[in-house]
Amino acid sequence: MDERVARAVEESIQQYHDVPGGLLPLLHAVQDALGFVPADAVPGIARALHLSRAEVHGVISFYHNFRGKPAARHVLQICRAESCQAMGARALEAHARMRLGIDYGGTTADGAITLEPVYCLGNCACSPSVRLDDEVHARVDAARLDELLADIGAGAAP
Amino acid sequence: MTARLFLPRDTTAVALGADRVARVLAQEAQRRGLSMDLVRNGSRGLFWLEPLLEVEQDGVRIAFGPLDVAAVPSLCDALATNPLEHPLCLGPVEDIPYLKAQQRLTFARVGRGDPLCLDTYRALNGFAGLQRALRLDSQSIVTAVIASGLRGRGGAAFPAGIKWQTVLDTPGAQKYVVCNADEGDSGTFADRLLMEADPYQLLEGMIIAGLAVGSTKGYVYLRSEYPRAREILTEAIANARVQEYLGNNICGSGKAFDVELRMGAGAYICGEETSMLDSLEGKRGMVRAKPPVPAIAGLFGQPTVVNNVLTLAAVTTVLEKGSEFYRDFGVGRSRGTLAVQLAGNIRRGGLVELAYGASLRQLVDEFGGGTYSGRAMRAIQVGGPLGAYLPESHWDIPLDYEAFAGIGAMLGHGGVVVFDDTVDMAAQARFALEFCAIESCGKCTPCRLGSVRGVEVMDRIIARESPARNIALLQDLCDTLEAGSLCALGGMTPQPVRSALAWFPEDFS
Repeated sequence: MDERVARAVEESIQQYHDVPGGLLPLLHAVQDALGFVPADAVPGIARALHLSRAEVHGVISFYHNFRGKPAARHVLQICRAESCQAMGARALEAHARMRLGIDYGGTTADGAITLEPVYCLGNCACSPSVRLDDEVHARVDAARLDELLADIGAGAAP
Repeated sequence: MTARLFLPRDTTAVALGADRVARVLAQEAQRRGLSMDLVRNGSRGLFWLEPLLEVEQDGVRIAFGPLDVAAVPSLCDALATNPLEHPLCLGPVEDIPYLKAQQRLTFARVGRGDPLCLDTYRALNGFAGLQRALRLDSQSIVTAVIASGLRGRGGAAFPAGIKWQTVLDTPGAQKYVVCNADEGDSGTFADRLLMEADPYQLLEGMIIAGLAVGSTKGYVYLRSEYPRAREILTEAIANARVQEYLGNNICGSGKAFDVELRMGAGAYICGEETSMLDSLEGKRGMVRAKPPVPAIAGLFGQPTVVNNVLTLAAVTTVLEKGSEFYRDFGVGRSRGTLAVQLAGNIRRGGLVELAYGASLRQLVDEFGGGTYSGRAMRAIQVGGPLGAYLPESHWDIPLDYEAFAGIGAMLGHGGVVVFDDTVDMAAQARFALEFCAIESCGKCTPCRLGSVRGVEVMDRIIARESPARNIALLQDLCDTLEAGSLCALGGMTPQPVRSALAWFPEDFS
C-alpha cells in the first residue's frame, strides 16, 4: 500500500471506527479521498471494525457506488431509468458508448472519462438526464452530450 | 432602490442552467450599475418553466421563464422600464394556473425564499407544528397523527400514526427515527425538491416524531445520486443545531433530539425499509424477514420509526393546523394531499400537489399539457419501476391507493411517467425484469433467479420464439415472483410486466 493510500484509510478508520454502523461512511470517506476503495485497504478496515475481511468485501461489492479500481478524471453517469427512456435515453446511451468507444464500467484510453449507468437522478421532469461528476444536466441529447464532453476537453470523436 | 430577485438553486433548475443565468445576471447588473439582491430560492416545482426568475415589485412576485443567458440583457432592459412587456414575463407567479390550481400543504413554502434561512422558515409558519408538539405529551401527538388519517408516502401507504403508536408502546433503550430519503423510483423527485427547497420542514417533522415516540436520535438515509440535497441538508442540520432546534435542549424545552445524515451507495433496494436498516448498520442492504416489524425491532434491534420524507413533512401540517384540517382533504381512506410528479415524455413536467381523488387524465392533460414530443400519449407508468403501465382506458382512475390496487396497479410514491406512441412495451417489460435482476439483494430465490430467467424468457418472446408457450411461462414465473418474494422488489416486478402483456398485447405478437 503506498503512503497516500495508507494515510487516507487510516484517517477514515480514525473518524468512523466507533460510529455505530459506520462502515458505509468509512468506505465513502476512503473513496472520496482516493477515488476508489483499494483491495489492500480491506484487512485494516476489517480489523478496526471487528469484522471479517469477507464481510467488508461483501459490503464493498454489494453497492454500485464503491469502486475497486481508480476512476478516470471525470465520471459520466447516464440515467437508464424509465422517465429518461421515454425521452430517448436508449439512443443517448448508444451515442455515448460509440463516441467514447467504451461500455459501462469502462474508462477511455486517455483516462479522461469513466462511463457508468445510473438508475434515476431524480431530475425526471426534464429527461433525459446525465451526471458529470457532481453536476446534473437536463434535456441531454447527443449534441448536448458532445458539448458537455467538449467542455471538459474529453472524448475525441471516433 | 435595490431590486429583489429570486432564482432557484435546486438540482433541476441548475441542470437547466440557473447557475449560468445567475452569473450573467450579476455581470449585467454590475455593468449597468443596477443594485440587485439575488436570492437563490428553491424551485416552485414548475420545472417546465425553469430557470424561473421572480422579481419582487410592490410586494408581488413577477415570474419570468424559462430563462436562458441570452435573454438576460433584454430582461434587464425590461426591468428598468416595463417588466410586464417582456416576452418571457409570466405575470405574478402565484397566478400561474399550474400553481394556482394546486392544493399545496407540504409544498406551500417551497420557492418562497432561501431554503437555508431560518428567519424565512419561521416567518412562513415554520416550527409552528413543533411548538405545538412541545406543549403536548407523546400520546397526544401520536393520537393527532392517527386522527389525521396520514398514510406513508413512500409507497406502502401504511397508517403513520399506527406505526408511531407501536414504537411508543414498545419499550427500548434507544429508539430511533429513520427518514427514508432513498427516493429511487424513476419519475419521482418530490423528496428531493422538499429537501432542497424546504429542508427545515423535514427536520421539524423528524423532531416531532422523536417527541412522539420517545426517541432522541434520527437518521436521514439519503441516496448518493442527490449531491445537492446532501449539501443543503448538511447545512440545514448544522444551522438547526446552532439555533437549538436540534441537540440536548430543543427550543429550551430540556428535550433532546439530533439528526445524522447518512449517504446510500447506489442500491435501489435500500429504499426498502428493512434493507435500509441493514445498510445503516453498516451491512449489505439485505431485506429482512418480517415480523418483527421495524417499529418493534428496527435499527440495531431497537423500536424504530421509518417514514418517507413527505410523511414526516406532512406531520408538521397535522400538528400546526390540526388533524381535522388535514383529514378533510382527500377521498376514501386516502386522506390529505398527494405530491404527484409529472415526468417522462410530458410537456409541462413538475410537481403537482393535490388532494387525493383527482384523475390521472386530469393530471397529464390539464397540468401536463400532453406529451413533450407532441405525439399521441400511449402508456403511463405510475408508481415507479414496479408500477403498472396503464393504457388510455384506465386514465380516468382517481388517484387513490385503493382504486389503483383494484386494477392491479399502485400509486406508490406518486411518480407519473408518460410515454408516447413510439414506446415498445415488450422492451419496457424486459427492462422491468432486467432492473430487478440488477437491483435484487439476492436474499430470496424468486427475485434473484426469477428475474434473470425472466429476462431470458422475454428475449425469446421478443425474438418471436414460440410466443404463446413463452408468454405462458413468463406468467408462471410472475406468479412465483409475486407469491414467493420477501419484499416488494420481487413481489411487484410482475406488475409492469403483466400490465404490458395484458394491456398492450399487440407489442408481444
